[in-house]
Amino acid sequence: MLMSTTTVEIEFRTAIRDALAEELERDSRVIFFGEDVAKAGGVFAVTKGLYERFPDRVFDTPISELAITGAAFGAAVCGKRPVIEIMFGDFLGLSLDSLVNQAAKYWYFTQGQTSAPLVVRSAVGAGGRFGAIHSQMPISWFFGVPGLKIVCPATPADAKGLLKAAIRDDNPVLFFEHKKLYSLKGPVHDEVIPLGQAAIVRPGRDLTMVTAMKGVHDCLAAAERLAERGIEAEIVDLRTLKPLDRVTILASLRKTNRLMVVEEGPRTGGWAGEVMAIFVEEGLDDLDDAWRLCTPDHPIPYSPALEDAFLPGADAIVRSVLDRPSFAHTA
Amino acid sequence: MVRVAADLQLDRTTYESLYRTMVLIRKFEEMVQDLFERGHVHGTTHLYSGQEAVAVGVASVLGPQDRVAATYRGHGHALALGVPPQQLLDEMLGRKTGICGGRAGSMNVIDLEHRLIGCFGIVGGSIAAATGAGLALKGTGNVAVAYFGDGTTNHGYFFECLNFAKVLELPVVYVCENNLYGEFTPWEDVTAGRIEARPEAFELPVQRADGNDLFAVRDAAARALDHARSGNGPAFLEVMTYRYVGHSRSDPGKYRKPGELDAWRKRDPLLIGRQALRERYDASDEDVDRIVESARVELVAAREAGLAAPFPEPGPVDEFKPA
Repeated sequence: MLMSTTTVEIEFRTAIRDALAEELERDSRVIFFGEDVAKAGGVFAVTKGLYERFPDRVFDTPISELAITGAAFGAAVCGKRPVIEIMFGDFLGLSLDSLVNQAAKYWYFTQGQTSAPLVVRSAVGAGGRFGAIHSQMPISWFFGVPGLKIVCPATPADAKGLLKAAIRDDNPVLFFEHKKLYSLKGPVHDEVIPLGQAAIVRPGRDLTMVTAMKGVHDCLAAAERLAERGIEAEIVDLRTLKPLDRVTILASLRKTNRLMVVEEGPRTGGWAGEVMAIFVEEGLDDLDDAWRLCTPDHPIPYSPALEDAFLPGADAIVRSVLDRPSFAHTA
Repeated sequence: MVRVAADLQLDRTTYESLYRTMVLIRKFEEMVQDLFERGHVHGTTHLYSGQEAVAVGVASVLGPQDRVAATYRGHGHALALGVPPQQLLDEMLGRKTGICGGRAGSMNVIDLEHRLIGCFGIVGGSIAAATGAGLALKGTGNVAVAYFGDGTTNHGYFFECLNFAKVLELPVVYVCENNLYGEFTPWEDVTAGRIEARPEAFELPVQRADGNDLFAVRDAAARALDHARSGNGPAFLEVMTYRYVGHSRSDPGKYRKPGELDAWRKRDPLLIGRQALRERYDASDEDVDRIVESARVELVAAREAGLAAPFPEPGPVDEFKPA
């Protein structure tokens, strides 16, 4: 699949910047705006230099998430392809109306005549000691809204390829960037990665781990330790949560018969439950065991001692696997 | 691109057409009310009766590439923009032949062919949509119009979007239809200060106009549109008007002050329009009656066709637009 691997490794944030620059270059309908994204280059230094290259189409806005998101919707249905940045995913509560009540329903209301092709980039996730309202994973706020796509990259290559696909997509897309991945380095490719396709990032025979974003790296670390005990985990990086790649995960289940879903996000109402529902509905014959590792149903704590314990990191993943009756003999 | 001010001199034929649209809106709303009571229109409705001169006056000075975002009280805006009454009615009736195929209903009508990017079922949504449309239209010589009520001036979208549009110099005309009540509550009970002081604080040019007089609305709207069209940024229009019916289907309007409704009925936009036809255009009562009758006949036919139209078939729907 990897057509033109470069030897240079770039940061996750640079991959996003490159995707934005390439799409701004490719399509004059693309505009990009948000708080401090233009002259300042973004609070996570993701968008440095874009304003200098595209001064007419990259601009700073007031601190006004209602207006930013509403403007993206209105511009999208009038021919533009807006990309907006909502600085922290926690602020998306303010964007809900435009995304849920306006953008997500346009394609349906117009009977397929017009959609709202916009992309919302937003930094999400915990582990940065930002506390309960700058660390959330707002996916479950949107997961049950028909008409919104949700993209969750784990690597620089996926961040670039998926963002390019998101900008070219005719539907409203939420593009979530985990803060702990911004400095992650990796190779990038020129390919546009279609939305809705999961990737097997580690093959294995004993257990399928379905995850996304930072969870991919935590699962990879855990899988190495489990391998030392003779447990070979297959890891599925969902990459896109909506639409969800049922084919890839069901194929993996047929191989391993055991499913673990690792989601950084509240256990109740999260996407892990939806993945498990797919297995129950469509793969029950292949299922010997299934469980999920999520975050507890309480706000994200600030103290490092509390936040580290709260998150489903590699240690927790290993423990969780060894706690299952199927693997108890290896513990 | 700077355009000259719209020619506000209306010839008789053009004015007759605008008057007819006002009549059509009134009669359309009366028909919707009746069909609701008979169980053919469902859910809820928010009728525009009494405010016709606003939608028709503003629409009369819009350009062919301008865009409009309206509210859940949007039947009048849609008809003024040229949305066919039959398709609009069929949507209310939940029929396959409706403007959105029966998928959207009264509060959420969209008709891009007629410049209507949407009616928005939640207070403030029209302001957001029009602000974004203005972003897309900037530099094209076209303008986006947002309709909203007095109640919306207390909404977050109002403050954020007016500021946003001003700092980005977007071609948007914000039309506040002050009909004195936000849902059931008099606007002054829940609004600090004057409405026009708010856009003034953002340094938008503000005009107030008599919303029941089509000529006054048209004149003010033309100036506001010219301002925005000429690249000067957004403009604000507060038009004073009155809705004759309750906020929605379930509201009998018991909060009205004694005599208020009667006083406004004496300034009915259709009455003012009829007077204008007679006094400015030398039309006879019979001439005006013929216009009223032609609107009535059109709607009688629409009603019959609408009630005979097929319902949509339930079936699988694509969640996403395919690539």
